[in-house]
Amino acid sequence: MTPDTRPAAPQPHAPAESQDTAPGYAAAQAAYDAAQQDTTMVQCLAPDGSVVREDLLPEPETRLELYRQMRRARHFDERGWVLYRQGRLGVFPPFGGMEASQVGTAAALTKDDWLFPTYRDTGAALTLGLPIARTLAYWRTSPHGWHMPADLKVLPFYIPIATQYPQAVGAALAERRQGTRNVAMAFIGDGGSSEGDFHEALNFAGALNAPCVFILQNNGWAISVPTRAQTRATDLSRRADGYGIPGVRVDGNDALATYHVTREAVERARSGGGPTLIETVTYRVKPHTVADDPSRYRSEADTASWDAKDPVTRLRTHLLNAGLMTEAREAELLAEIAAEFEAALAEADSYPEPTPAEILDHVFAEPTPQLKKQRAEILAEHAAPNQKEQA
Amino acid sequence: MTATATPTGHTGATKTMTMVAAINDALDIALAADDAVHIFGEDVGVMGGVFRATDGLQARYGEERVFDTPLAEAAIVGMGIGMSLAGLKPVAEIQFAGFLYPALDQILSHLGRYRHRTRSRYHLPMVIRAPYGGGVHTPEQHADSPEAILAHTPGVKVVIPSTPADAKGLLLSAINDPDPVFFFEAIKLYRSMKEDVPTGDYRVPIGKARMVTEGDDVTVICYGGMVEVAQKAAAAAAQAGIGVEVIDLRTLVPMDTDTIITSVAKTGRAVIVTEAPRTAGFHSEIAAVIAEEAIEHLRAPIVRVTGFDAPYPPFTAVEDVYRPNPLRVAKAIRQVMDY
Repeated sequence: MTPDTRPAAPQPHAPAESQDTAPGYAAAQAAYDAAQQDTTMVQCLAPDGSVVREDLLPEPETRLELYRQMRRARHFDERGWVLYRQGRLGVFPPFGGMEASQVGTAAALTKDDWLFPTYRDTGAALTLGLPIARTLAYWRTSPHGWHMPADLKVLPFYIPIATQYPQAVGAALAERRQGTRNVAMAFIGDGGSSEGDFHEALNFAGALNAPCVFILQNNGWAISVPTRAQTRATDLSRRADGYGIPGVRVDGNDALATYHVTREAVERARSGGGPTLIETVTYRVKPHTVADDPSRYRSEADTASWDAKDPVTRLRTHLLNAGLMTEAREAELLAEIAAEFEAALAEADSYPEPTPAEILDHVFAEPTPQLKKQRAEILAEHAAPNQKEQA
Repeated sequence: MTATATPTGHTGATKTMTMVAAINDALDIALAADDAVHIFGEDVGVMGGVFRATDGLQARYGEERVFDTPLAEAAIVGMGIGMSLAGLKPVAEIQFAGFLYPALDQILSHLGRYRHRTRSRYHLPMVIRAPYGGGVHTPEQHADSPEAILAHTPGVKVVIPSTPADAKGLLLSAINDPDPVFFFEAIKLYRSMKEDVPTGDYRVPIGKARMVTEGDDVTVICYGGMVEVAQKAAAAAAQAGIGVEVIDLRTLVPMDTDTIITSVAKTGRAVIVTEAPRTAGFHSEIAAVIAEEAIEHLRAPIVRVTGFDAPYPPFTAVEDVYRPNPLRVAKAIRQVMDY
């Protein structure tokens, strides 16, 4: 009988002291945890919704719009789970709990600016106008999800980690060379900030003075590996220091704060002041994807403390307390959002399935002789059933 | 005899040039013709490139159109992708083909896929130039031939010229191509030959092979730095009464299969010459296509004359053991004749 060589199932992370006795690890953990309580983070609203910085409050209509976009994003996330369980959506990475980090930042752009989202940044893409139907189609693995609207400069979700960063530098530089004031915003996670492309891009953007806004969403996890195990650094915004560009740390669950700091960074970029790195300190309360089981690597206690910091609840409390929104108005808003989503779902349902030969479309402007030959092979192999019978 | 490509868009006037001068001329013409063209890479600005391919261009077109980057190949290619997305035509130089590897994530994950995964909403009219190949006793890791890696990547074209005129004509076609093109320049050929190169906006179409010599007995298929090697072997064979048809592929993607198959159907013998490692090289793709489409014409097994399955050796004394030379090609020609 062959011995069982399968690795033991991983256990949830124990407290750092017992998990790893390497010198310095416990200290690093403590330093990281302390940094998460950092009071120097830019914050506008406290977790309970009370105003911390009156001077940073955006206009009332902006606050309402940020709330509307966050609710749209959350609705997508929540309905996405249901659709996944019903077999009507493929595996997708949820982002619920990170809405302030995605919406507050993207809302600082206009449609003339570039947005380079990762696979978890649906909230950012929707904010700038990516159609819900296309986004659903994307996570249904339909080529209809690959059709990007002509009036938007939102790029397809980046699946490889960090490759979008140097590309954002190129798009930003091209805008500058063509004499516009448009900027490029790129998203990344704490995990992605270990990749070489992240560091190369920050350096290029600084050296070439590219109008970029780099959003580093520190959500605490790279799938199963906590941030504290990915790096000895406790304040990821300081990675900007190595490249001579401004680094800003902001409460990533406070949409008014993320909006404020991003507006400043966008303005700086537009006016020729170059790139900024913004670390939004948030938390991935959801699994990595809907198919992931986080109980294999973290405990409920890890996420519980973040429920009290929920970004949607925080802004909602503020809007109600400030008299900017009534519960009746909110109910109307939620009904509008639900109706918008269901209409988009119906549109996505109406997209036809791709035909076999479509896999060879759009490789080059003109198909090569090789592609033409391969298309003929596919067509012969996958002829319509009635054609097959005739053959 | 030498058949030349049909020139398009030039006046008929020519000027004698080396390959590196022809490349410089093409870049100059592209920069002058289109403000979207931007050239960048390591040392391409003030210095004009380690091989001087971009010599004088920054002075002529300014520091915004021709500029030096920090040393990071992934970011050079990634930035070029972003510039293409935003409407520019980037022409990036990777200092040596063997230094391309840090950029493979950008190339394999994005450069070849962008048109496909946006259904042509975006396309990347980017050119990546890189000196490649051996034969000039470069230090370690300066003589790689990684063309098969790129040819195996859907969505990118691969062009490798073997003469100054072709270098100019193909480079101008590459810069004006709507899709990404790798343009590998044989280091050995940069200054070793001169020929009359058409002046002005001269184009050689991508995807058409060049018949270098015609003959009835053996087809030798090659590209880039191996063309002159094959030509010498063909000349020697001609002395022995063997007619060799040397085909310069010029373009690996898309490959001009018709020219290869037509020739092999005539000669019944095929020798393929590259300086890349043997296993899974582009020569193997050529051999497979011949086997699939012309096996009934073959009078002898296909022979590949290539580098070996070891890293390219920097040892001056034995470099020529690795890199095919006319004697090895002549031996292969004799082998298929004697089969």
